[in-house]
Amino acid sequence: MPDDSDLDDIPGTTVFTAARSHQGFHLNQFCMSLKDPQNRTRFLRDTRAYLDEWPMTEQQKQAVINRDYNAMIALGGNIYFLAKIFATDGLSFQTAAASMTGMTVEAYAAMMLHGGRSPEGLRSIREGR
Amino acid sequence: MARITAGVTTSHVPAIGAALDHDNDTTEYWAPVFAGYKWSQEWIAEERPDVVILVYNDHASAFSLEMIPTFAIGCADEFPIADEGFGPRPVPTVLGHPDLACHLAQSLILNEFDMTVINQMAVDHGLSVPMSLMFGRTDAWPVRVVPIAVNVVQFPPPTGERCFKLGQAIRRAVQSYPEDLSVQVWGTGGMSHQLQGPRAGLINQPFDNAFLDHMTGDTTYLRSISHIEYLREAGSEGIELVMWLVMRGALGENPTELQRFYHVPASNTAVGHLVLTASK
Repeated sequence: MPDDSDLDDIPGTTVFTAARSHQGFHLNQFCMSLKDPQNRTRFLRDTRAYLDEWPMTEQQKQAVINRDYNAMIALGGNIYFLAKIFATDGLSFQTAAASMTGMTVEAYAAMMLHGGRSPEGLRSIREGR
Repeated sequence: MARITAGVTTSHVPAIGAALDHDNDTTEYWAPVFAGYKWSQEWIAEERPDVVILVYNDHASAFSLEMIPTFAIGCADEFPIADEGFGPRPVPTVLGHPDLACHLAQSLILNEFDMTVINQMAVDHGLSVPMSLMFGRTDAWPVRVVPIAVNVVQFPPPTGERCFKLGQAIRRAVQSYPEDLSVQVWGTGGMSHQLQGPRAGLINQPFDNAFLDHMTGDTTYLRSISHIEYLREAGSEGIELVMWLVMRGALGENPTELQRFYHVPASNTAVGHLVLTASK
């Protein structure tokens, strides 16, 4: 096993390693299928039936149905693959990013306009910096 | 002989493409972003490069998780525009330069860089947004493109040092190509940004500006930035900046900065842009 202690030390961040890629393979491959407009239509028409075509875990399917992006990432999702879901929903990257921070879309947009989130205190959990 | 004449770096934020495609480029939010490229558009119209070697990353468009090449080179005649979930961007198909690309692939592999060779590939915003920023709206791109795709999606991407050395190998490969071509190398992505998790929205302006400062002159600092430092300081997606070092390696020593632009924000991201001319 690789030593991921540094990677797991960054607050509010999940680094998409080969192990997470393995864990989330079918979730991410499902996302990839949404490149096809016909698949997007089928997914939106009956999400549950579409997800059941993929060998994903029930937890992964529920996270997709709930559009819970933090949960999807915890279950092996990668943000660039998950982007196909919110693109299919017609949502912007900023709206999806805001949903992962616990902030409203308006508050998140205002934070970005004021220079974004400072890294101060968010670099390392164990070093508290 | 072919020669590398200049290098360009730029962020490739997808929302920039959407702003242009939906005629929002003159709004209060977007106008300052596009203003940062006005000089560069005029410059490149004068320069008229024959080919751009465009270093970028695919975002789950051409490469699924079935296979994840670390370095890949596009040798096709043309590269269609990918559908990223909202239909392809309404921009022209990108024309390749297969003869130069095949020469590069052969030269790079024989010089220890094990490139994956691509004969068919759609290209996403990672490639098309830099094209739009540099050439604006057009019915046909005025340049041929050799795409070089770098994995920055699955950890670990190649190191900054490795990317720099790939750039140096690209320089040697271009210089050994017999046709008289003016070639630019572009490094895209960055600057600081994080698109995922509770830390999404991270921007680090001091880090970004130091990075821009070091793109000319001595490269020791840039080449030594570790992956964990990128992740902590520039955000989980800011690690795309390693791709800028391919361009920097290709320019040789002491390039000259012609243009520099930095702006926060474009959607979730700090936009950085440089135009550098190569040393003789």
